Amino acid sequence: MPEWEPVIGLEIHVQLKTHTKMFCGCESGFGGEPNTRTCPVCLAFPGALPVPNQTAVEWTIKLGHALNCRIAERAIFHRKNYFYPDNPKGYQISQYDEPLCIDGSFVVTGPEGDGRVGIVRAHLEEDAAKTIHVGGATGRIVGSAHSNVDFNRGGTPLVEIVTQPDLRSADDAKRFLQLLRQTIVELGISDAEMEKGTLRADANVSVRELGETGYRTRTELKNMNSFNHIARGIDAELRRQIETWESGSEVVQETLDYEVKSDRVTPRRRKEEADDYRYFPEPDLVPVEPEADLVERLRSEVPELPGARIRRFEQQYELSYYDAEVLNGSAALAALYEQVALDGIDAKAASNVLMNDFVATGIDPASVNGTELGKLIAARATIPRETFTRALTESADPEFRAETYLGDTLVADTAELEPLVDRILADNPGQVAAYKGGKEGLLGFFVGQVMKETQGKADPKVVNELLREKLSP
Amino acid sequence: MIDTLRLTAEEARALLERGDVSGAELRAAYREAIDARNEELNCFLTLVDGDDNNGVPIALKDVISTKGVRTTAGSKILEGYVPVFDSTVADRCKAAGLQLLGKTNTDEFAMGSSTENSAYGPSHNPWDPTRVPGGSGGGSAAAVSAGLAPWALGSDTGGSIKQPSALCGNVGLRPTYGTVSRYGIVAFASSLDQVGPVTKTVRDNALLYGIISGRDDCDSTTVDVPPVELPVAEDLKGLRVGVPKELNEAEGISAGVAEAVRRAIDLCSELGAEVGECELPRSVEYGLPCYYLIAPAEASSNLARYDGVRYGLRVPADNYYEMVARTRDAGFGDEPKRRIMLGTYALSAGYYDAYYGQAQKVRTVIAREFAAAFERFDVLVSPTSPTVAFKIGEKAESPLAMYLTDVLTIPPNMAGLPGLSIPCGLSEGLPVGLQLIGAQFAENTLFRTGHALERAIGFDIVPERLR
Repeated sequence: MPEWEPVIGLEIHVQLKTHTKMFCGCESGFGGEPNTRTCPVCLAFPGALPVPNQTAVEWTIKLGHALNCRIAERAIFHRKNYFYPDNPKGYQISQYDEPLCIDGSFVVTGPEGDGRVGIVRAHLEEDAAKTIHVGGATGRIVGSAHSNVDFNRGGTPLVEIVTQPDLRSADDAKRFLQLLRQTIVELGISDAEMEKGTLRADANVSVRELGETGYRTRTELKNMNSFNHIARGIDAELRRQIETWESGSEVVQETLDYEVKSDRVTPRRRKEEADDYRYFPEPDLVPVEPEADLVERLRSEVPELPGARIRRFEQQYELSYYDAEVLNGSAALAALYEQVALDGIDAKAASNVLMNDFVATGIDPASVNGTELGKLIAARATIPRETFTRALTESADPEFRAETYLGDTLVADTAELEPLVDRILADNPGQVAAYKGGKEGLLGFFVGQVMKETQGKADPKVVNELLREKLSP
Repeated sequence: MIDTLRLTAEEARALLERGDVSGAELRAAYREAIDARNEELNCFLTLVDGDDNNGVPIALKDVISTKGVRTTAGSKILEGYVPVFDSTVADRCKAAGLQLLGKTNTDEFAMGSSTENSAYGPSHNPWDPTRVPGGSGGGSAAAVSAGLAPWALGSDTGGSIKQPSALCGNVGLRPTYGTVSRYGIVAFASSLDQVGPVTKTVRDNALLYGIISGRDDCDSTTVDVPPVELPVAEDLKGLRVGVPKELNEAEGISAGVAEAVRRAIDLCSELGAEVGECELPRSVEYGLPCYYLIAPAEASSNLARYDGVRYGLRVPADNYYEMVARTRDAGFGDEPKRRIMLGTYALSAGYYDAYYGQAQKVRTVIAREFAAAFERFDVLVSPTSPTVAFKIGEKAESPLAMYLTDVLTIPPNMAGLPGLSIPCGLSEGLPVGLQLIGAQFAENTLFRTGHALERAIGFDIVPERLR
């Protein structure tokens, strides 16, 4: 049997979180009573005309920079013509052969080094309305009793990103999407939430024998609503294609849906696909010609992105890849870490606290005063464990000060502890005898007794030393 | 007693300003004329009983969206459609105090040259009701000519303002593309559609153009427009007038039309203009065929929104696709169907480059050819229509013959240029239109030329049979 190589490309749709829609002044965003955020433009009344949302254009350029794309000096909106109830004009305003962002690349960091994914293009378009087909078995328009259309979503700005077929496994695809998602979120242009549909991805999947240079027939995989489903869907389709080739058949070009329950892909009904979109330049809009100054300003507004930040953390703080990645799970956590670490705290210790104890509290890192948290972490060896945990849970409080908790310092004074140790030993003659008889594990018992009496405030190191001294023969 | 047949909008405005008549009296006079003659002429599809304004009345072509007033575009598919918003031009007319008389007849979706394609029956030419008023804006032109409105707005894609104005003896301006907002205009071919005034005089035309033109935030293809100058000069000294050979010698130009236009050209010289010949070979040869690729292509897409889902006609069926098909079959007349098919074909994969793509390239060639002519001339002149008004039914069976009536108006339209049609005489007892073509944004030059010629020609705008 030959060894098969997966060839995967992705088409990602990102809903921009602009205040208003792409081509009209209606409020954009998730929710709202059906058909309350509409106007003559997004309902396609006769004579209504589109006016481009300048913020959406600028954000797309920003994203283009983050994807290392060339920003077109002249981009054109096209009409993509097809009939569907969620498409009120009978055409979607999209971009075709002159998109805003072209020829980029996106670096996917990983423990074994960087992977580079080519970006064919990123273009701007408008989202369709939302259709709910009522009745019928498939939940699709064919066979349904009727369909309800909510035009609130119709006309929301949407960026479509198309990658080169550079991904070589379902996991790679998932990792790429996760990092891309985080990049988009940190650019502040979208919430990019798959559950809400503000981030959607389709996969173009094919396989070839290892060493083969051309591409074989690919299929388009849709209907995947989470990163895990995407990985599972791609895996399911890879298995199907390999079986198909190995059984002597051929893969045919088609659009497939991933069905989570059965973990299988099923072909879409042909009837729902339009074959010829009859693209032509949208005559109601003039070309988008972003000025060089604007393009450069937007470039300067792109912050350090998660991928680059992970690599910097590895070097600057001498962290493992894993630690650097976890700390970069959000820009806010990364920023908090840097605040803490820059205050001269041991980088590894700070990362452990943040990755484990802090993350466990569920507190928004953005609301925490890093300097105070740093002081707390620096003193953590001298604070009772319980107090430290409580301090972390209270760290989002604007009044949070490390010194509030430093008052609870451990009792390390031998003079203070000695009478207590003596009393405990006197109270437990049996255990003392057993220890002296060789059961040295009982040391922990005595330490525990001391800690109990002091409510955890005794310095365990001092207690240990005292006990050993007193119990020594 | 108000003589609506002769009263110009400028005069009406003066009467109102002096308090000689009230807005209500003025409206009543036009309503009386409408009651007397609209049944014969079928100019109005919808009449408005009164609005908040008291200024000069106006009629709007029924492709112009008017809030709360039915707007059908001459189509069954929009039979009960009442816009919830005003088009920018309707809004600007309101803001200028104009009162709306009603909505005028048009070929369905402005597709036609005679109004015979209206789903609500043809309009008739006030000079001879057995003849067409031209189209698509025949309703507006006939209304102004017959004294049913002092002025009106039309829309012009291939000649729908200029040609009916010529056939009814009016002054019609198709402005430079981008000077008048298309927001709220039922779209036919977006890269060609322009709204413009249909009036009795050139000065009225300039006045109305001043009201409706200018950049509009709702239409991103609009631009800032030079201030409009009301023409006063009665000579053409210093003006360079070009006579494009092909536009004046095209096949199908009737002898009577050619002669009236020749006289007007001679008048230009007499008024002090320098007159010279020029050539526009490609514009005239390829203008019409390219137009009939681009306009239907855009129309096929623009008319896709009439799907029965949100407004207008819906013919029920078992499923969505069948509902859309039945609605469009029942709602559209033959001409929109013909153009949707033509346009869909022209945009199809494998044909795009040869048809739509090629036609757009030719359009650039046409624009360059005109631009070269405007290096030598300020104004180009030709007949507006090859013939005077033809009989109702005469061309109805031959779409191609009908398409050819626009052969002279289409070339400048393809280049986005302004064109003013003014009456320059009679042939067979019917008005002949003179087309004045200007460079981009040279509306003031057209007004100046048109005004001087209008004074010199002394054409009586009232149809003979109504005098």
